[in-house]
Amino acid sequence: MTAATDSPARADDKYEIAHLKLVPKRHIGRMVAAAIVLLLLAGLARAFSVGQIEWSYVRDFLFAPAILDGLVNTLVMTAAAMSIGIVLGVVIAIMRISGNPVLSSIAIGYVWVFRGAPALLQLMLWFNLALIFPTMGIPGLFEIRTVDIMTPFVAAMLGLGISQGAYTSEVVRSGLLSVDSGQYEAARTIGMTQMKMLRRIVLPQAMRVMVPPIGNEVIGMVKLTSLASVIQYSEILHNAQIIYFANTRVLELLLVASFWYLAVVSVLSVGQHYIERYFGRGSKSIRASM
Amino acid sequence: MIKDILIKAVDVTKNYGDFRALDKVNMDVARGEVSCIIGPSGSGKSTLLRCINLLERMDKGAIWVDDELMGYRREGNDLHEISDAEISRQRRRIGMVFQRFNLFPHKTAIENIIEGPVHVLSEPVKEARERALALLERVGLTEKANHYPSELSGGQQQRVAIARAMGMQPDVILFDEPTSALDPELVSEVLDVMKDLAASGMTMIVVTHELGFARNVANTVTFMETGKVVETGLASEVLSAPKSARTEEFIRAVHS
Repeated sequence: MTAATDSPARADDKYEIAHLKLVPKRHIGRMVAAAIVLLLLAGLARAFSVGQIEWSYVRDFLFAPAILDGLVNTLVMTAAAMSIGIVLGVVIAIMRISGNPVLSSIAIGYVWVFRGAPALLQLMLWFNLALIFPTMGIPGLFEIRTVDIMTPFVAAMLGLGISQGAYTSEVVRSGLLSVDSGQYEAARTIGMTQMKMLRRIVLPQAMRVMVPPIGNEVIGMVKLTSLASVIQYSEILHNAQIIYFANTRVLELLLVASFWYLAVVSVLSVGQHYIERYFGRGSKSIRASM
Repeated sequence: MIKDILIKAVDVTKNYGDFRALDKVNMDVARGEVSCIIGPSGSGKSTLLRCINLLERMDKGAIWVDDELMGYRREGNDLHEISDAEISRQRRRIGMVFQRFNLFPHKTAIENIIEGPVHVLSEPVKEARERALALLERVGLTEKANHYPSELSGGQQQRVAIARAMGMQPDVILFDEPTSALDPELVSEVLDVMKDLAASGMTMIVVTHELGFARNVANTVTFMETGKVVETGLASEVLSAPKSARTEEFIRAVHS
């Protein structure tokens, strides 16, 4: 830069500042806030380290067979209940938007009833169904004792799946409404039937809107399956409880269960990202973020 | 001259509540003919088009396509509504090109074209793709085969939409203001494709404001207003020497 300052033509170097060093602004407030939060976290960590937690129990039970069995049952229940929820959700949403007044009234009534009662209560209703219907079947054809069918697994699956269907149907309906009416018309003009149009043109586009909330619901369902412990379904929380009833290490085993819930939810969040990317194909906003 | 009438509309009437969108419209379109429908907005042009392929249900009147009654089956003196599957079958023979293209956004250009042939007409994928590529070449978009609609300009999207309609090998293609949503510099590329299609002998019914296209390409022109056909005839006659004062006024207003 000496050449510039030596030049007599540059008497005024007020505007020659492009070469000067930039000193970033100091964020004093941010530093103070971060320090306070870190201090609080350190305190929490210390509390846990000096608290009466036997970390060896956490370590020993993390991969205990009973816990891993419970984890598998949790995943099976999540998949079963969510499958019922999504199938019911799609069917109820299509009934709701169909022109048939009986079907759409039934759909509205379904959402009203099953979204209106707590999931835990619904689970218990199914589990105790034998109290009012000792046997089930078609009169004259066959008959089965209700208690033989209504195992904890079936009761939890029905209770969770059917109440989930009420929520999912609203997600599906909003997805269907998000598809432009021109898409329905274009599908009709190439001769598609109603079902083919829904399956090939409308639902794939609705999925883009539906996947984020349904991913949310799957993650919610992983944790909601813990309700099934109340009716003796041996999912992970139920098995952890059985162990701590025996060895009284309550918090240690609850930590073990939390670890697995967190692990499953983390894996699902990653999966959701990829599903969203798949259904976002052809859409500008998604591609821009890829 | 005996003409082979492909589309015949008789006394087609359509109401939206108290509003009469179509009032006893009669129309004949011969096989291979290009027929333009012009008129101010709200005159019922688009509604007539949408009645032909049953996107709208008419209240009175009837439409025949290749001598097949659309939407109904006659039994003696009764007209029975046909099933949804039957309606879908009737629609396959009638292509449609929309003002807003309505391409399937989750499918590439070539997937848009083969969707109907493969999943409605059950054509083998390989054959359908070969035909689709030939169609894309015809509309000048071979290199865009694997692009999604969002990656194409309006004119390119409309050309893909025309190729999609042609992919079904229909008897007739209905055009509902195909250039009205386009930027002005993109209009001609779409009109060129339509000219080429007309020259190949495709029967076309075109609702349009492009009077130049009507003059150069159409065989017949129909002027509609307030749901009625005001005047219909040979393109040169209706556009150059209209009989009705209202038609003349409209043509002058569009040109100025």
